[in-house]
Amino acid sequence: MKPVFKRPKSLYDVPFHYCPGCHHGIAHRLIAEAIDALGIQERVVAVASIGCSVFLYDYFAVDVLEAPHGRAPAVGTGIKRARPESIVFTYQGDGDLAAIGLAETIHAANRGEQLAVFFINNTIYGMTGGQMAPTTLPGQKTTTTPLGRRVIGEGAPLKMAEMIAALKPPAFVARVAVNNSKSIFQAKKAVQQAFRIQVEGKGYAFVEFLSACPTNWKMTPCEANRHVSEALIPEFPLGIFKGDL
Amino acid sequence: MRKTEAVYNRKLVKGNEAIALGAIAAGCRFYAGYPITPQNEIPEFMAGRMPAVGGTFIQAESEIAAISMVMGAAATGARAMTSSSSPGISLKQEAISYMAGSEIPCVVVNVCRSGPGLGGISASQGDYFQATRGGGHGDYRTFVLAPHSVQESYDLTMLAFDIADRYRTPVLVLSDAVLGQMKEPVYLRGYKGREIRKPWALTGAKGRKARYLKSLYLNEGELTARNWKLFRKYRRMEKEIRYEMYLTEDAEAIVVAFGCAARILKTSIQMARTKGMRVGMFRPISLFPFPSQALAAISNRVNRFLVCELNTGQMVEDVRLAVKPGATVESCLCPGYIPTPNELFREIKKRYLASNP
Amino acid sequence: MPKLVLYKDRCKGCALCTLACPKHLLEISTEINRQGYYVISLAAPGKCNGCGLCAEMCPDMAIEVWR
Ligand SMILES: Cc1ncc(C[n+]2csc(CCOP(=O)(O)OP(=O)(O)O)c2C)c(N)n1
Ligand code: SF4
Repeated sequence: MKPVFKRPKSLYDVPFHYCPGCHHGIAHRLIAEAIDALGIQERVVAVASIGCSVFLYDYFAVDVLEAPHGRAPAVGTGIKRARPESIVFTYQGDGDLAAIGLAETIHAANRGEQLAVFFINNTIYGMTGGQMAPTTLPGQKTTTTPLGRRVIGEGAPLKMAEMIAALKPPAFVARVAVNNSKSIFQAKKAVQQAFRIQVEGKGYAFVEFLSACPTNWKMTPCEANRHVSEALIPEFPLGIFKGDL
Repeated sequence: MRKTEAVYNRKLVKGNEAIALGAIAAGCRFYAGYPITPQNEIPEFMAGRMPAVGGTFIQAESEIAAISMVMGAAATGARAMTSSSSPGISLKQEAISYMAGSEIPCVVVNVCRSGPGLGGISASQGDYFQATRGGGHGDYRTFVLAPHSVQESYDLTMLAFDIADRYRTPVLVLSDAVLGQMKEPVYLRGYKGREIRKPWALTGAKGRKARYLKSLYLNEGELTARNWKLFRKYRRMEKEIRYEMYLTEDAEAIVVAFGCAARILKTSIQMARTKGMRVGMFRPISLFPFPSQALAAISNRVNRFLVCELNTGQMVEDVRLAVKPGATVESCLCPGYIPTPNELFREIKKRYLASNP
Repeated sequence: MPKLVLYKDRCKGCALCTLACPKHLLEISTEINRQGYYVISLAAPGKCNGCGLCAEMCPDMAIEVWR
């Protein structure tokens, strides 16, 4: 018998601390599978950001540096430029990447840094308990938009993949979901491509995951999964915005 | 041959360029910065020189990004540096605190200008507290070296890299607008230190277990242990304390000053000496750790101190803590402007004559 | 016959696998694990064709599939 599904070896055999039904776990696994598939585990230096995924180093069997909130792309830039043989990825939430770290995000992309940036867009601040994020949907209730987000005054959802794809230097920009098998297979390909581009020295890659946060959305995991299709995808269309698979 | 070499190695450069030359001589191969007066010569010099020595220069989108890049580069084991001036150093405090907490060495140069806020571009020592008390959030300190000449700007920058690596800590070189902009001949003697192995560096988990560098400690007791570990390290750094005693052997009164203030005072003290006043100077070169013991030792035989600084009184607190009880500590303060040697001579004379009628 | 291995202690009872199984063979059981969650169970092992889609979906890698 052959395994149809086995735990990737780039992940330690420990349980995740994430909430039931949280998509961080799926994103972690897809990244680890891509690292295994490309045989780059020994070269990877990952940059953890501040958010629910800050404990990246407890899960990934690769070297990890914990960056200040929002600064992962700048920290990643330093690692990659100082050690070009490393394969560097950042893993960031929407508060980290699109609010406090927006400048670092855009400028690293615009310099065409050789980085794979994985962006977990769950339309909310998970770790701090469900406050509004730059990607929060219009009308979405959060602890700091108790009446629902008003576009004028509280902002419209930032479309990070589209914004980054509009820059000249990035080599690959995609938005994926992981709420059903079909999407997961697409996501898998996008993650691999993001790493392959760096292995081949072709530049900057950005993969945005639409991710469920059942806890702060106040939904069951199955409801949250459905919400990704029904509410997130219409606002944040999936697809490859730059480059190809 | 030797002579031509000596001549060749002597160069007329600005203090800022001397810092950049020192960094490159010490093996710094990564620099990221953001423009701000009066330190622009450092990034400009690095932009030209780094590619030539196989290093990296990045003009970052902000001081926050620049120091974050340095954090990444330094985490791989590279010698990395950033520089700025006061407002920019405030922004860098975020990553300085993270690097102190994660024990990642780097060199940060502050070519201090006057504040608060946008302040002005003239020389100031208003960042003494920020430099010596950690500067950012949390219970940490950085080693601080304060040059008072262009030569020292070169020499101490090289030393800064050695101390940073030895203690796995950010080291601050506190220069100022006068030192950064003035030109003096410098002997480019080259780097005499030694780069040490960095078994903690993040180089990819090849043939070893994966490792990480972090500053988050949530488990019971871990953070306390980390903070005590850092505390003990800061105590160990006292081995590296540096200071200069200038005409102190027979002195009846001691002026305490650092950086460009000390430089100006050397002339004022010479003027006082020609008038027969027995005045000397104690010049801390490491501001943290502060040379308290050396100062305490002097206060066993001299009990009149005059602290002169370009702010409204910051280092004077460390001097008061260091000298023995009973010693008088007065201040001569110049916040936001640069005194002439004559002015400071008059200050010395006024006080000297008041107590030696 | 395909084999489905459940690591019950890793299961958080999120039930996403029940959505993923094309044959709807997985369900939440009444068994509680060490973490305090109701864990998943395979209703009719004979009907599983080992496609592995449940395992692909599981955020906690609590399922392994062999064929
Ligand atoms: C400078 C700073 N400001 C604020 C915080 C508090 N904080 C921690 S995580 C976080 C945002 C987390 O949201 P996100 O990036 O969306 O990640 P998620 O937790 O949803 O995965 C914030 C604001 C911090 N750690 N540092
Ligand atoms: S709070 Fe949200 S993002 Fe964080 S672990 Fe829980 S479900 Fe995931």
